[in-house]
Amino acid sequence: MGWFKRLKDGIQTATRNKKDTPEGLWYKCKRCKETSTVKELKDNYFKCPQCNFHVRITSYDYFGLIFDGQYEELFENMVSKDFLEFKDLKPYTERLKSAKDKTGLKDAIAVAQGKVNRRPLVIAAMDFKFIGGSMGSVVGEKIAKAIDHCIEQRVPFLMISKSGGARMMESAFSLMQMAKTSAKLSQMASAKIPYFSLMTDPTTGGVTASFAMLGDINFAEPEALIGFAGPRVIKETIKKELPDGFQTSEFLLEHGFLDFIVDRKDLKETLSDLLYFFEKPPANPAVENA
Amino acid sequence: MVFLEFEKPLESLYEQLEKIQQVGSEGDIDVTEMARELENRIKNKRKEIYSNLTGWQKVQLSRHPERPYTLYYIQQMCRKFIELHGDRYYADDKAIVGGLGSLDGQTVVIIGHQKGVNTKMRQYRNFGMANPEGYRKALRLMKLAERFGYPVVTLIDTPGAFPGLEAEERGQAEAIARNLFEMAQLKVPVVCAVIGEGASGGAIGIGLGDRVYMLENTWYSVISPESCSSILWRSWDYKEQAAEALKLTADHMYEFGIIDGIIKEPLGGAHTAPEEMAKLLKRQIKKAIAEVQDMTPEERIEARIEKYAKIGVYEEEARTNS
Ligand SMILES: [Zn+2]
Repeated sequence: MGWFKRLKDGIQTATRNKKDTPEGLWYKCKRCKETSTVKELKDNYFKCPQCNFHVRITSYDYFGLIFDGQYEELFENMVSKDFLEFKDLKPYTERLKSAKDKTGLKDAIAVAQGKVNRRPLVIAAMDFKFIGGSMGSVVGEKIAKAIDHCIEQRVPFLMISKSGGARMMESAFSLMQMAKTSAKLSQMASAKIPYFSLMTDPTTGGVTASFAMLGDINFAEPEALIGFAGPRVIKETIKKELPDGFQTSEFLLEHGFLDFIVDRKDLKETLSDLLYFFEKPPANPAVENA
Repeated sequence: MVFLEFEKPLESLYEQLEKIQQVGSEGDIDVTEMARELENRIKNKRKEIYSNLTGWQKVQLSRHPERPYTLYYIQQMCRKFIELHGDRYYADDKAIVGGLGSLDGQTVVIIGHQKGVNTKMRQYRNFGMANPEGYRKALRLMKLAERFGYPVVTLIDTPGAFPGLEAEERGQAEAIARNLFEMAQLKVPVVCAVIGEGASGGAIGIGLGDRVYMLENTWYSVISPESCSSILWRSWDYKEQAAEALKLTADHMYEFGIIDGIIKEPLGGAHTAPEEMAKLLKRQIKKAIAEVQDMTPEERIEARIEKYAKIGVYEEEARTNS
């Protein structure tokens, strides 16, 4: 099956999806409570100009921040299907519809190819506003397709995770996306295509326990919540207060699960450096075939 | 005997049977005929109850306190077994066991979640909830199997990976993710069976294989019905509804193409005839290994990955104007 391509201009995209970025002229910081203008916020890579708090942004915002202007969205018409006819307090179909209406997005992930300082990169980025960035069949399939595309085109892959975990309304299908994405990543690793995994606030559950933790390079934005179980569940289990800074990016770096933490203003340059290193051929071809 | 809620009609029949047998043992009256009739009624009642189990009832059965666990099946299936301990990095997790076993002469590495058989052992086994070292031990043993060309068999039975503070410190998510990645590439046959509870990442963390089966009265889901109820219904009281909505039974999983087959349980559940259950499980495992062992490792790995790549339901939406 072919994928659907469309050229997009980074700046226009940011305007079209403004629903997902802070609205109005003023932004009041969730952390320091200081107020700044939305323009100041955007000019500061969507970080609070006062305290450097990294505001949650959309997939398209990341594309705008990372790619050199233009990029091409891939597989953009895939949407979720309520195959299980799942209904809790609301039918899943209604949840999907209201998520689409509210966000203007089709699901919790978007994939695009573009260039970073003239080097090609495919990015799959998640959208937390779409049912908590949850992973169902569409998220899994888009990642799988992106991986196939990267193997075929020999282009490095960046995954930007931002998710509460697997999507309950797709039950075992969402669980199996953990196996599916990890298995596909193992194929990409065999093909020696570099995989960079960026974890942003929040990255938890089945997403962390599959593709997010499997990068050749694992890195995160500052102070993101990253973990397997949610803090509330852990607190209920151990019946103790959790220590300060538990399950933050800094905590994961300290415990050996991240290569580094990157401030959003340095994200593009860091990626550019990684792409520079990984495009170099091995010094000894014999090693490559090992 | 332990009777579940929906087995209550059986309990009273058993009580009657017991009374009659006691009268009989006192010797004055011949109760053979009455006992036989009661036994028949028990059999029929059991058939009636078990032919119409709901999702939630199967969840209860999968957690039956007398249900056989991994080590029982290993003992029954393998003439020889040596348990191997430890992940070589941190500790030996008691919630996942594994070792070298012999399936009618074929050396295999068997790994499974292990629950405790009594109150004390349940604590010791952490209720079958593994920490990262459990998943890392499992991976170490799988790599051992791979090096020597032995098939890997995993038995799944967990209410979930342990949600603890230290589990997070030691990388619960990384341990599960790493297993999925490595299991996809294992050069030897991998056969998995859900023998009890198949809850979420903790289950699939040892559950990616060439063939995956479920015992008839088990479940597989992204979340337990209780947790699903508490999150989506915002109350613990909707576990029955959640169990139905999640479509988590073996029948559903087979229908969805997520598993390769269902292993029938003896009438009344695995715990009513554990030896027979172990025979049925062993037969299916051997059959599955035979099905995939003649492929080359490359073919097998490709087929395994392709099998998972196909799982997922979605649609293509016509392009909207934007
Ligand atoms: Zn601030």
